[in-house]
Amino acid sequence: MIRFDRVSKRYPPGVDALSDLSFEVAEREMVVVGGHSGAGKSTLLKLIAAVETATRGTVLVGGQNVSGLARSALPYLRRRIGMVFQDQKLLLDRNAFENVMLPLSIAGFPPREAAQRVRAALDKVGLASREKALPVMLSGGEQQRLAIARAVVNRPSMLLADEPTAHLDNETAADVARIFHEFHDVGVTVLIATYAGDLFPGARRLQLDHGKLVP
Amino acid sequence: MRVWLAHHLEAVRLALRRLSAAPLNTLLSLLAIGVALALPAGGQMLLGNALHLADTTSAVPQISVFMAANADRRMATEIESRLGKYGGVKQVQFVSREDTLTRMKANPGLRDVIEALPGNPFPDAFVVTATDDRPETMEQLAAEFRQWPKVEHVQLDSAWVRRLDALLKLGRTAVMLLGALLGAGLIAIIFSIIRMQALTHRAEIEVSQLLGATDGFVRRPFLYYGCLLGLGGGVVAWLLVSAAALWLRAPLSELVRLYDLTLVLEGLDARDSGLLLGFAAGLGWLGAMISLRQHLRQG
Ligand SMILES: Nc1ncnc2c1ncn2[C@@H]1O[C@H](COP(=O)(O)OP(=O)(O)OP(=O)(O)O)[C@@H](O)[C@H]1O
Ligand SMILES: [Mg+2]
Repeated sequence: MIRFDRVSKRYPPGVDALSDLSFEVAEREMVVVGGHSGAGKSTLLKLIAAVETATRGTVLVGGQNVSGLARSALPYLRRRIGMVFQDQKLLLDRNAFENVMLPLSIAGFPPREAAQRVRAALDKVGLASREKALPVMLSGGEQQRLAIARAVVNRPSMLLADEPTAHLDNETAADVARIFHEFHDVGVTVLIATYAGDLFPGARRLQLDHGKLVP
Repeated sequence: MRVWLAHHLEAVRLALRRLSAAPLNTLLSLLAIGVALALPAGGQMLLGNALHLADTTSAVPQISVFMAANADRRMATEIESRLGKYGGVKQVQFVSREDTLTRMKANPGLRDVIEALPGNPFPDAFVVTATDDRPETMEQLAAEFRQWPKVEHVQLDSAWVRRLDALLKLGRTAVMLLGALLGAGLIAIIFSIIRMQALTHRAEIEVSQLLGATDGFVRRPFLYYGCLLGLGGGVVAWLLVSAAALWLRAPLSELVRLYDLTLVLEGLDARDSGLLLGFAAGLGWLGAMISLRQHLRQG
């Protein structure tokens, strides 16, 4: 499903975020990417969704070379991937319902079917009663869950989550982890960048250290 | 198709929401666009009226020959037959001084003045048309008539119609130039308004792109925003021009009546109104398109 082949990523001033990284993630697998702050976890996820492009090496997603993708092909790659960003990237002037609706509008879903899906996704993360709330009216944990609802509403075959349990108390974090397990159980490939690897006991781990894979 | 329509309606709704979210901004933008468009539209309105005036006014140049005030009817008859036989003269129409007096008295403003005068202040006159009405020939004829006895004054009428014709051609060019210039101005206005909009909503643009939005999807609400602004500005321009036409109607009618013409100033006709609104909306769309193309390329 995902394959990194000798991938390096250097950010402009000369920071090597990832160097010579090779690994593979099979379909329906659940993988936790660990490592210290600045190890390159976010960068790894961004390379998969082509938010950043590799400086060297190839990133294959579903057999497609992501770095070689034309600008016009990017949207279609991203629609197949559900992504939870470290900074969530919720739209502050739109309510919960509208935030979750956005990926469906983008994909061109019929409005009525889309509304049903949005409600189902909000229900799944326990926010069914908060659909009219603006993001600022939600607690940190609720915002995390809203971001997850937006990532999964499109029913992507692949879910990438960057620190989805940061700043959450143990109980809420376990709740969120359970949601990812549920998606894994129904066949979604899941990649989670996190310090809290213990929350995902069944997952395979990839440990990063200064942009290199720890064997 | 229904789905496609629903998504476009959604974009229109979003554009309207943004327009109404900053009413003062929107109002000022509409005013700026409206004033810019009102200039060429107003020019077109005046031009249309002038064209109408020129069409309904005889464009056949005439020579008016006025007898001296002390000439009697016998002399007038003599001049009439002389005019009739003169080479190059096509038609002679006699206008007696009595007729002129009656006609002038019909004007309530003039009546008191005329009645205060001891006698009939108007002379007998002839209106002469020529077989060849080129200005040079007409000038020659007029010069000849001026030599005749008891002819007080000879005037080349309708030379102004030719001048009007030339003036109208110039006017049309001027309106087109003005239209092109202010059309470009409109694109520039919309360009910067949309640039501001794109900066205001850059989080939304970025997130949409991360979630798989195509450039077309990102552009859509902004294009409608530009289009609606242009259309609204067009409506403002239309209102301005119509108000100006109403306001100028009475004084202008007075003015042209002095030249024995009738003119009821009309606002823009249906065709010109349609063109105005269509162009305004189209240019708004174009301005937004150019602005976003640049923005998305940078982003
Ligand atoms: N846009 C960028 N420009 C320059 N340097 C960057 C950029 N993004 C990340 N880096 C650098 O790349 C390295 C890896 O960053 P990354 O965000 O992938 O780390 P991380 O493992 O996600 O860290 P954290 O756990 O703190 O989120 C860091 O040294 C960081 O400073
Ligand atoms: Mg990170």
